[in-house]
Amino acid sequence: MSADAVIALKAKFPQATDRASADHPAVNVPLADLVAALRYLRDEWAFDLLMDVTAIDWAEGASPRFTVVYHLLSSTRAGSYVRVAAPCAGTEAKPTAPSVVDVWPGANWHERECYDLMGVTFEGHPDLRRILMWDGYPYHPLRKEFPLAGIETDLPVADIAEATGTRVIAAPMAGGPFVASPGEVNLTEAEPRAKDESWADRTARPDQTPLRQMKD
Amino acid sequence: MATEYSFPDSAAKSAAGAKAAPAEFQTETMSLSMGPSHPSTHGVLRLQMELDGEILTKADPVIGYLHRGDEKIAENMTYNQFVPYTDRLDYLAPLANNMAYAIAVERLAGLKVPPRCEAIRVLTAEMARISSHLMGLGAFALDVGAWSVLLYCLEEREKLYKLFEELTGARFTTSYTRIGGVTRDIPDGWLGRVNTFCDQFLPILEEMLQLLTRNKIFMDRTVGIGVIPKDVALAYGLTGPNLRGSGVALDLRKDKPYSGYEQWEFDVPVGTKGDCYDRYLVRGEEMRQSVRIIRQVAAKMPDGPWYAVDAKRIFAPPKDKVLSSMEELIQNFMIVTEGPQIPAGEVYFEAENPKGILGFFIVSKGGGVPYRLKIRSPSFCNLSILQKMCVGCLISDVVAILGSLDFVMGECDR
Repeated sequence: MSADAVIALKAKFPQATDRASADHPAVNVPLADLVAALRYLRDEWAFDLLMDVTAIDWAEGASPRFTVVYHLLSSTRAGSYVRVAAPCAGTEAKPTAPSVVDVWPGANWHERECYDLMGVTFEGHPDLRRILMWDGYPYHPLRKEFPLAGIETDLPVADIAEATGTRVIAAPMAGGPFVASPGEVNLTEAEPRAKDESWADRTARPDQTPLRQMKD
Repeated sequence: MATEYSFPDSAAKSAAGAKAAPAEFQTETMSLSMGPSHPSTHGVLRLQMELDGEILTKADPVIGYLHRGDEKIAENMTYNQFVPYTDRLDYLAPLANNMAYAIAVERLAGLKVPPRCEAIRVLTAEMARISSHLMGLGAFALDVGAWSVLLYCLEEREKLYKLFEELTGARFTTSYTRIGGVTRDIPDGWLGRVNTFCDQFLPILEEMLQLLTRNKIFMDRTVGIGVIPKDVALAYGLTGPNLRGSGVALDLRKDKPYSGYEQWEFDVPVGTKGDCYDRYLVRGEEMRQSVRIIRQVAAKMPDGPWYAVDAKRIFAPPKDKVLSSMEELIQNFMIVTEGPQIPAGEVYFEAENPKGILGFFIVSKGGGVPYRLKIRSPSFCNLSILQKMCVGCLISDVVAILGSLDFVMGECDR
């Protein structure tokens, strides 16, 4: 059923092409046709459930760097999935894609999440705010250049930050990440803290620890 | 097709009426923050509400308090290393999450696991469904004022946790599956103890449900409250008991069977109105159906290997062979250090979890580490409807609605 839908979709949108997939029928569409193609699948082929909206970051310098991916499921002709992907427009720093909130209101949070973690701006979204990270957070953590440990940033609440002088610190990776084959990523470059084991250094002699001093 | 939906509600009408009142009778709205630590928000959900008297004029769910960056972490570790992180998605049903994740990766590898492994996974997933629904039911009843149901639920859940502990070594964070199998076979006599649990559980379940089903207070709090019409539920991507409560019979165990679900007989309960009461009834019936599945699986548990024996680059060999044979030692070393070797490709697998449909979208470039792993969590989608459906409700109804949606923030925030 979903294979037929993809064939019909390609007939209606001639620029659509097959996408390699290990399971469900998948199709690449140009960004300009994306909303029309999704609407066509919903209205003509009963793909009424938008299961997921996400983006893939193909690493810095790749072209296109970001691809948005949609998964649709049909509740009436059950068990039929289709995957629709489109390369993002815009720059590397600010990729854009059209919003599908008009087609499925449930896309609202998915697109907010995608914007929050990947930095894809969905044009036409009614309320594009961060959703998982806090408002005013400066980075998009799921991008490939963002280190696993995080980057030190200001506390979200300015007056507390001023009063206490605390900041949101990067995670002490304690020798990690513990993976032997990180794929294409050079871990030492991606995670400058990965081999930093200064946390384990003992600069003070045991007899100078505060606990000992207290006992004295 | 119209996409702007409205929830017909008497409270909304009275709110509209209040706005039409002359200027000197206009009231000021009050903003109230419920959560992130509030007993009825079940975790760290925060609702930023605007109230006109007792009626909500605006509700904005604030999530992310439990965000741990699971998707980022997944890109930095091997497939097997990520299994413990799946426990911490829906931490009320870790066995079901483990299974969904393992099947997703196996689909990508084109790996078929033996029937015994599939049956064990189905059995544990259905036990997880009962334990999750028990907690959901108990907490829901507690929120609307029925204390005793929770105590029954916790007692039964404890019995399930004893069984989980015996099988997996852990009560909560089971990490039971591996890519291509499970961590260990079921112990001797365990299936008998599962059957014993089922025998004594059914009468207690009936007793529990009798406490609520025709209870005047419970019905007053739930019937006709938080109605989600069918088309709205679909438009917002609701899944699981929340979607079925609205009358859509979508259950992936029936519609797109995985892990051998097609062999087992069970019914899919659906609601008619889509209110809090219907969602409660659906969950109650699902527990009965899960018991039905568990009994069938326990009776017909297939023999044979409990992991994919031929998948030498994916599933680590048994420990005794690792310690005595060179080839197996090297295999084990490669799987532990490099991870299970999965071919390049994209896969999206969804499983019918207790809370709804849990999906894993995995993009692989080959090797032992996923290039991108996206988790489609049911609680995230189920909560996205709050913004719409809470407007016009009484504040006391919000508590009933939250209880009936049965979400888990660990999964919502990932």
